[in-house]
Amino acid sequence: MPGFAETFLNLAIMQAALPYLLQGLWTTLLLVALVVPLGIAGGLAVALLYRSPRRRVRWPLILYVDFFRAFPPLVLLIFLYAGLPFAGLEIGAFTAVAIGFFLNTSAYYGEVLRAGIESVPRGQMEAARSTGLSAGRAMAWVILPQAVRNVLPDLVGNTLEVVKLTSLASVVALPELLFAARQAQSLTYNPSPIVLAAVIYFVLLWPFVRLLSRLEHRMLAAR
Amino acid sequence: MSQWDRFAETFFNGAVMARYLPDIVAGFFVTVWLAVLVFLAGLALGLALALVRSLRVRPLNALIVLYVDLFRALPPLVIIVLLYFAMPNAGWSPSGFVATWLALTLVLSAFAEEIFWAGILAVPKGQWEAARSTGLGFAATLGWVVLPQAVRVTIPPLTNRTIAITKGTALGSVVAVSEILASAQTAVSFSFNPSPLMLGAAAYIVLFFPVVLFGRWVETRFAWKR
Amino acid sequence: MTREPPVLSIRGLRKSFGAVEVLRGIDLDVQPRELVFVIGPSGSGKSTLLRCCNRLEEPSNGSIHFDGTDILSPRTDINAVRRRIGMVFQNFNLYPHMTAAGNVMLALRQVLKKDRREAEAIAGEALARVGLADKRGAYPNELSGGQQQRVAIARALALEPKAVLFDEPTSALDPELVGSVLQVMRDLRQAGMTMVVVSHEMGFARAAADRVVFMDQGEIVEQGPPDTVFGAPRHARTRAFVEQIVRH
Repeated sequence: MPGFAETFLNLAIMQAALPYLLQGLWTTLLLVALVVPLGIAGGLAVALLYRSPRRRVRWPLILYVDFFRAFPPLVLLIFLYAGLPFAGLEIGAFTAVAIGFFLNTSAYYGEVLRAGIESVPRGQMEAARSTGLSAGRAMAWVILPQAVRNVLPDLVGNTLEVVKLTSLASVVALPELLFAARQAQSLTYNPSPIVLAAVIYFVLLWPFVRLLSRLEHRMLAAR
Repeated sequence: MSQWDRFAETFFNGAVMARYLPDIVAGFFVTVWLAVLVFLAGLALGLALALVRSLRVRPLNALIVLYVDLFRALPPLVIIVLLYFAMPNAGWSPSGFVATWLALTLVLSAFAEEIFWAGILAVPKGQWEAARSTGLGFAATLGWVVLPQAVRVTIPPLTNRTIAITKGTALGSVVAVSEILASAQTAVSFSFNPSPLMLGAAAYIVLFFPVVLFGRWVETRFAWKR
Repeated sequence: MTREPPVLSIRGLRKSFGAVEVLRGIDLDVQPRELVFVIGPSGSGKSTLLRCCNRLEEPSNGSIHFDGTDILSPRTDINAVRRRIGMVFQNFNLYPHMTAAGNVMLALRQVLKKDRREAEAIAGEALARVGLADKRGAYPNELSGGQQQRVAIARALALEPKAVLFDEPTSALDPELVGSVLQVMRDLRQAGMTMVVVSHEMGFARAAADRVVFMDQGEIVEQGPPDTVFGAPRHARTRAFVEQIVRH
């Protein structure tokens, strides 16, 4: 049996697989660049609409958020990718991933931003309006900055989860980082590419985990 | 046949659903069992790590922080794939169930450790001092005075995190665990009909929607303290 | 008449936090049943002195003997000593998840290993002593500040300590609640408890203290009967402090 290093940290294989993995990483980053802004925009829409005094508006929003918090994103993805074609909708892997992740992440961002906006005292809006700011401007310049600051750790944490979420796209053969690693593994019969992919994920995300940890502890200290 | 009838015939085909319902139900129990095991082991391990960390032994704490960072940074699916497809090369071939359970347990324990540790830090220093001044030792103070207060602030974030991670049991379908999603996918490929997928989706909603509602209730219930 | 040995005997006590020396050689004896009142400007090291007496702070140098035990010795079971030195904190530090009785009973059950019925009986007595017999089932957030502090005193008394340390016990209280706590302390003194009190309640010091110790910049500047320290202080620093306090 070959040694541990030769099996899991086979440099020759890693070197050969690296260009392929970097291509996958590029796709992962593209996905992130697409899903994060879309998710935040959707979440913001949920949070703002939730301020409506009407229950008819708020109830469907809560249902939306809770539904997608309860529904595993992979199941959503499989449904879009493998289920919709039966209805004559061939949307392809990329669109399925984009729609599925948008639904999932906008629900999570929506919940975070809603909590953030609710954490800003009512007097802030009143003060801003009393100086003649429109509701929209007051929201944009007074309420949202405070809301974002109050839930910054949750926002960063959620974004981190979105990046990790993109690994699910490998299941529907979208050639992102994990998919590339598994392809390379099955071609070389050696697990080093998967180890390398894990290392890439860790190197990429560790700074954000550290940042998150700091933010969380600072929040705690400020209480 | 109208458009709607055709749609219903495709996605809510009674015959297909009836045929594969037992499979989905079996998958349902696999998912529940997997989720419960992840929940128990993940929280226990997370709590144990937080308790070790409260001893404040430097090298040990550095290791715990590294462990936590590692499993907060790696996508669960990557860990599952690593365990299932790479470990056999090292002479250990975990089943898909074990690989999924272990991966999700490691991830949950990392998040739970952070949450428990934050909870312990949130208990004011005066509580330690008051307890120690009456002669209580470190362990008794931790167990009787600090942890009961820490748990209170940790319950809402812990509930949400547990839901998010136990949902990951669906990832088991990638490594041949016959939980809900895998059972549904198999049924779809046999029947050439997506109705089992709808059944599977319903099963997930039945399973996790009440848990999410419970999480909401917990959040309001524990909001008073701070 | 032979003099009893002091309950608390402090010699050459020093404590530094990093480069800052907070206690710079303290010598102090506290006799049985004596009430020693420690005053001084903030940052003079009063609280640190108190917290060194049960090793909530680890002294840097010097010796502390309590009831004949060298409490700084590594062989000393500090938890056993702490049981016999009560401590009352500025912020009460009641356990918010336990009732008044639960607060009092915790150490009785966990440290003294009393059974539940005995612990309940002792807790009831201790709460009655501080005038809160009817509040045993109340949680801290249902009690006023004065009541909370009296529960904290009961928590210390229930262990039958040989001495009680009071760290600014009334500083966090609204003025109208101070009286009830001072009354409990007066009763304690009547009952012969040895007490060391760090506080700004000069009226109480005049009325109840056997000895007043004035500390400044980590040293004991002057000590003596209250009438002397307040009425005719020998040191300029003491005089300045006393005048400033009286003016308020």
